[in-house]
Amino acid sequence: MSKDNQVLEEITSKEYEHGWNVNLEADEAPKGLNEDTVRFISAKKGEPEWLLEWRLKAFSLWEKMTEPQWANVNHPPINYQEIIYYSAPKKKVTLGGLDEVDPELIKTFEKLGISITEQKRLTGVAVDAVIDSVSVATTFKDKLGELGIIFCSFSEAVREHPDLIKKYLGSVVPINDNYFAALNSAVFSDGSFCYIPKGVKCPMELSTYFRINAANTGQFERTLIIADEGSYVSYLEGCTAPMRDENQLHAAVVELYTMKDAEIKYSTVQNWYPGDKNGKGGIYNFVTKRGLCAGDHSKISWTQVETGSAITWKYPSCILKGDYSVGEFYSVAVTNNYQQADTGTKMIHIGKNTRSRIVSKGISAGKSQNSYRGQVHVMKRASNARNHSQCDSLLMGDQCGAHTFPYIDVENNSARIEHEATTSKIGEDQIFYCLQRGISEEAAVALIVNGYAKEVLNQLPMEFAVEAQKLLALTLEGSVG
Amino acid sequence: MNSTITHKDLTDEVVASFQEATFGEATLNREKAIQFLKKNGLPSTKHEEYRFAPITKSLERNFTWRNEVSPSSIKSIDEFLIPSLDAYVLVFVNGAYSTNLSVVNNLPGGVKVKTLSEAFEHEKEIIDQYFDKLVASEADSFAALNSAFWQEGIFIHVPENISVEKPLLILHINDAHQTQVIAHTRILAVIENNSSLNVIEKFDSIGNNPVFNTLSEEFVVGEHASLEYCKTQNDDRLHQVANTVIHQSNSSQVNTFTLTLQGKVIRNNFNITIDGEHCESHFYGLYLLNGSTLADNHTVVDHRKANSFSNELYKGIMDGNSKGVFNGKIFVRPHAQKTNAFQSNRNIIISDSATVNTKPQLEIWADDVKCSHGCTTGQLDEEAMFYLRSRGISESIAKAMLLYAFAADVLTPIKNEALKSYLDGLIAERLHTHF
Repeated sequence: MSKDNQVLEEITSKEYEHGWNVNLEADEAPKGLNEDTVRFISAKKGEPEWLLEWRLKAFSLWEKMTEPQWANVNHPPINYQEIIYYSAPKKKVTLGGLDEVDPELIKTFEKLGISITEQKRLTGVAVDAVIDSVSVATTFKDKLGELGIIFCSFSEAVREHPDLIKKYLGSVVPINDNYFAALNSAVFSDGSFCYIPKGVKCPMELSTYFRINAANTGQFERTLIIADEGSYVSYLEGCTAPMRDENQLHAAVVELYTMKDAEIKYSTVQNWYPGDKNGKGGIYNFVTKRGLCAGDHSKISWTQVETGSAITWKYPSCILKGDYSVGEFYSVAVTNNYQQADTGTKMIHIGKNTRSRIVSKGISAGKSQNSYRGQVHVMKRASNARNHSQCDSLLMGDQCGAHTFPYIDVENNSARIEHEATTSKIGEDQIFYCLQRGISEEAAVALIVNGYAKEVLNQLPMEFAVEAQKLLALTLEGSVG
Repeated sequence: MNSTITHKDLTDEVVASFQEATFGEATLNREKAIQFLKKNGLPSTKHEEYRFAPITKSLERNFTWRNEVSPSSIKSIDEFLIPSLDAYVLVFVNGAYSTNLSVVNNLPGGVKVKTLSEAFEHEKEIIDQYFDKLVASEADSFAALNSAFWQEGIFIHVPENISVEKPLLILHINDAHQTQVIAHTRILAVIENNSSLNVIEKFDSIGNNPVFNTLSEEFVVGEHASLEYCKTQNDDRLHQVANTVIHQSNSSQVNTFTLTLQGKVIRNNFNITIDGEHCESHFYGLYLLNGSTLADNHTVVDHRKANSFSNELYKGIMDGNSKGVFNGKIFVRPHAQKTNAFQSNRNIIISDSATVNTKPQLEIWADDVKCSHGCTTGQLDEEAMFYLRSRGISESIAKAMLLYAFAADVLTPIKNEALKSYLDGLIAERLHTHF
């Protein structure tokens, strides 16, 4: 037992590897949030009048809302006036190739192990790299352009494709949806926009790496992906952030819109700074992610590996409006030290013959709290809806907690809904079995955890699966309760 | 989460009527409870725990708040008894204990069964130790309502090493012939070490006026002691909020069964604290609903000590416009290692307009545990249906057979044969399985 604890100690005391600071000159908004801040951001980005009005409307709604208290997380109150809502790297140039990118940026990516050059050459992934709040490098754009795929930063999309933005912005997550979505709508700085035209299968994985850089800057990303009839796209999102003592707020909004026969696969690996081992610092990750299966036979699939952030508050959801539409949610959420995660999904069955599947694997270690909170709602006209949910929790150590809050609301008698959940620890017999065969304790735990999370990790594209496994190992190796 | 006041008037009426009333016992507890009510009000559907149970609204619509025992002319209880069940019978009529109708003779040595008001006079010690301690009136507005207004209750004390063989049948008869009935009753049962008790509760109404009943029940189960508890709600007039709290000590055993067949709005709050090692507990429930009945079962199983086992199974069949609600919480506290806790909730919706809202909830702070919950909502198995049909069984009978098979297995843990066959009969009658 003492050896276990020692190993556990070693692993859990590992400091965050991806913590450092890049010195980029930032062009910042003054601290605090009022109408002027919203105007400042909008002006800074040279936005059209309608978007400014949209932001102001969101802001006035946000002012009337109160921060939600229902999540199973505790944090000191957030002072929204202490946050800098906009910061952009000073060097703004139009980039034609990688050589034009700020060398310091390139270094940042190399430190992260995701060098753009490497990615571009070896994996064929188009990377829309976001440092702080402005997209700096977008690659493979021309190639995608040939197929009619639009993949660009949000601000560029506002300039170049205002009709699409105007039509779909806020169509899945309305500005008054919730407190953090309203905040994001008012002050979002940039993000990614993606449009896949009719019948096009996007030939490569689209990817954005987010980084939070300047101190005291909230990151308010906005992602909008539209898949037109019969199209397919796989989108990757991955994040790391430098070490920071003050809590940073991140309130992103992701909207997915699929039309008839279209499919979007959205994968996330989230590894933001979780705070040190005493629970100091770390990112607050309050994200609204939602997909709308608007057309018949459409499909949205969310896969997430959540290892970072001090507090995670995130429910990637699917609204299954089209008949025969399919929603999927695969999640691994790992919490350690004082991390708190309240995550899950919502599957809203509206159309007939809709199907959804939820696989959620929670792993808690240290003094962390890990909650699954999900809803499966079958509306009255959603005949023959089908759902299967599976929520497993793995506990490592006797001071952490695992919580499950599934809401199952059925209004149609032809629905078939199944939910199952288990909570357990890594069995001593399993460890013993491995040790007996010469596998070290650390390797055994990594093996068992990987096996436990396999069902979800399998859903990730190759490029991400490797990174995700590394992250799991980093956070949890050797944690035997 | 805080309660939300829906209708200021009802809460105000309740609070105002408290000031006018006079109570003999537990005045301090009553005062405390009314303060809670005053502050929090009765819960609306905005309250997380009452999201699907619009009971406050229903009360506002159907009742005039009065704090008095409604008159009754009941002479006989024969029609309310369970056939061939040999039991001690305790009778409440409209919330008042009826000495005439109750039959409690030849109790085993030392066992005390009396009204709470008597107990307040003669059993001061036990009352001080246990009364109003388990039911937390700060946790639920209806528990507070009961703590403030309870009219009468039963006090049961089983001393050490006594097994009460005959069950205690508690009949709650509401006579709504003349006026509406609002009744608040309580039970306090203390089962000392190595003893056992079997309690059966039954609710019946007569007359056409609405009936509202709050119930607060406290069961203290000592070491190596056991409790069998069964509740049947088969009363189409009934609005009810029942708070049943059981506290278990080392190596104790508890079996409970809740059957809900009829009612207007039924809310059962069932809280079990497993505060001892090596306990074994089984909680079963069945709700067969039709018409516009709403049945809401909220259960909490709180494992506070190590090495205990709990198993919970609730099943529901919803027909008509009925609504079935289930919320099952399992807590495993940090020191409750080696806990095995299982929970299962299975539902079948038969009609187009019935709904189910279920929320199984696990909260676990100990690592060396085995806990699981499962929850399903679906229909009858088509293959099983086909199997029966292909053997010449008509659709309606095949359906009834399958539904009966689905429902009846929750009766398994009931040991008393007379009770079991009575409940079995109720289920069969509801599902039309007379073939």
